[in-house]
Amino acid sequence: MIVANRKPFEEIIKMVEPYSKILLLGCNECVTVCAVGGTKEVAVLASEISLFRQKEGRPVEIKELTLERNCDPEYVENLKPFINDYDVVLSMACGCGIQFVGEHYRNKIVLPAVNTTFDGVTEEQGLWTERCQGCGNCVLDKTLGICPVTRCAKSLFNGPCGGSQDGKCEVDKDIPCGWQLIVDRYKEMNMLEKYLEIQPVKDWSTSRDGGPRKRIREDLKI
Amino acid sequence: MRLSYPANVKIVKVPCTGRVDIIHILKAFENGADGVCLVGCLEGDCHFLTGNLRARKRVEYTKKLLDESGIGGERVTMYNMSAAEGQRFAEVAREMTEKIRALGPNPAKRQGSGNRGQGLVKS
Repeated sequence: MIVANRKPFEEIIKMVEPYSKILLLGCNECVTVCAVGGTKEVAVLASEISLFRQKEGRPVEIKELTLERNCDPEYVENLKPFINDYDVVLSMACGCGIQFVGEHYRNKIVLPAVNTTFDGVTEEQGLWTERCQGCGNCVLDKTLGICPVTRCAKSLFNGPCGGSQDGKCEVDKDIPCGWQLIVDRYKEMNMLEKYLEIQPVKDWSTSRDGGPRKRIREDLKI
Repeated sequence: MRLSYPANVKIVKVPCTGRVDIIHILKAFENGADGVCLVGCLEGDCHFLTGNLRARKRVEYTKKLLDESGIGGERVTMYNMSAAEGQRFAEVAREMTEKIRALGPNPAKRQGSGNRGQGLVKS
């Protein structure tokens, strides 16, 4: 899932300062699961903004709405009948959703209430951690399911580096060394000989280096 | 026991303080409450094991949100007591009322209107 963090309230309140009618948008997908932009979080932010503005003597009208998805046109189109009743859209969806709503309603400003952070997993209740950087050329078969691009701070393909100490990364003693995890996994599966295979230089053209990416399936097009 | 506590304290009954969410507390302030006090069972005595512990964490989080929005985190507090401590409840209700009275009215309440629940325009 896409994991995000809510922006500091101070930053949000400054962004919406000129507006008195706000459409506060949430999303029922990733940001709901990582508890940053679902129905509950939308209600909490709406309440916070209302309290702040009421205190300042400048009441604000907020419509709370959580779309099923903000990254698919059929849901984004649901905003059409009433989006123009609002001065601005404040979105708690991920960066994709924020941009997509803006692309559909060119006369509206869509402000971000969250910082989209990474693609990750729910490691435990209340803890989300990064797993994938979308490099476009998966190597998880070679490293037995542990991503060297994401889990190694340097994205090394023939690690670990000299900064690996007691299984921890030199970046932070709380971060496990990605290559230690990979070696441990090789041992666990009795496949330590795989560690001897030298990985050639990775082709990063499938990653961000090639600019914004797209995927096309002609058979699905209407 | 015929104990009395301040008449301005309104009681909202919940099956367990674990049922209380952040939004419930914020809504109370939006609707004009000057303070919110959560009263849960003693720690370790929760019928649902961790309801009161989770409520305490939510109260702490809500304090932060109330500080951010300028209402003041000190307006929300949590107490733990057993169901047999009526005396203590009355004492806490008085203590809380005095504390909130000293803080003054909820700053989000519309100036001069004095109407509970009418201080906000929200749809």
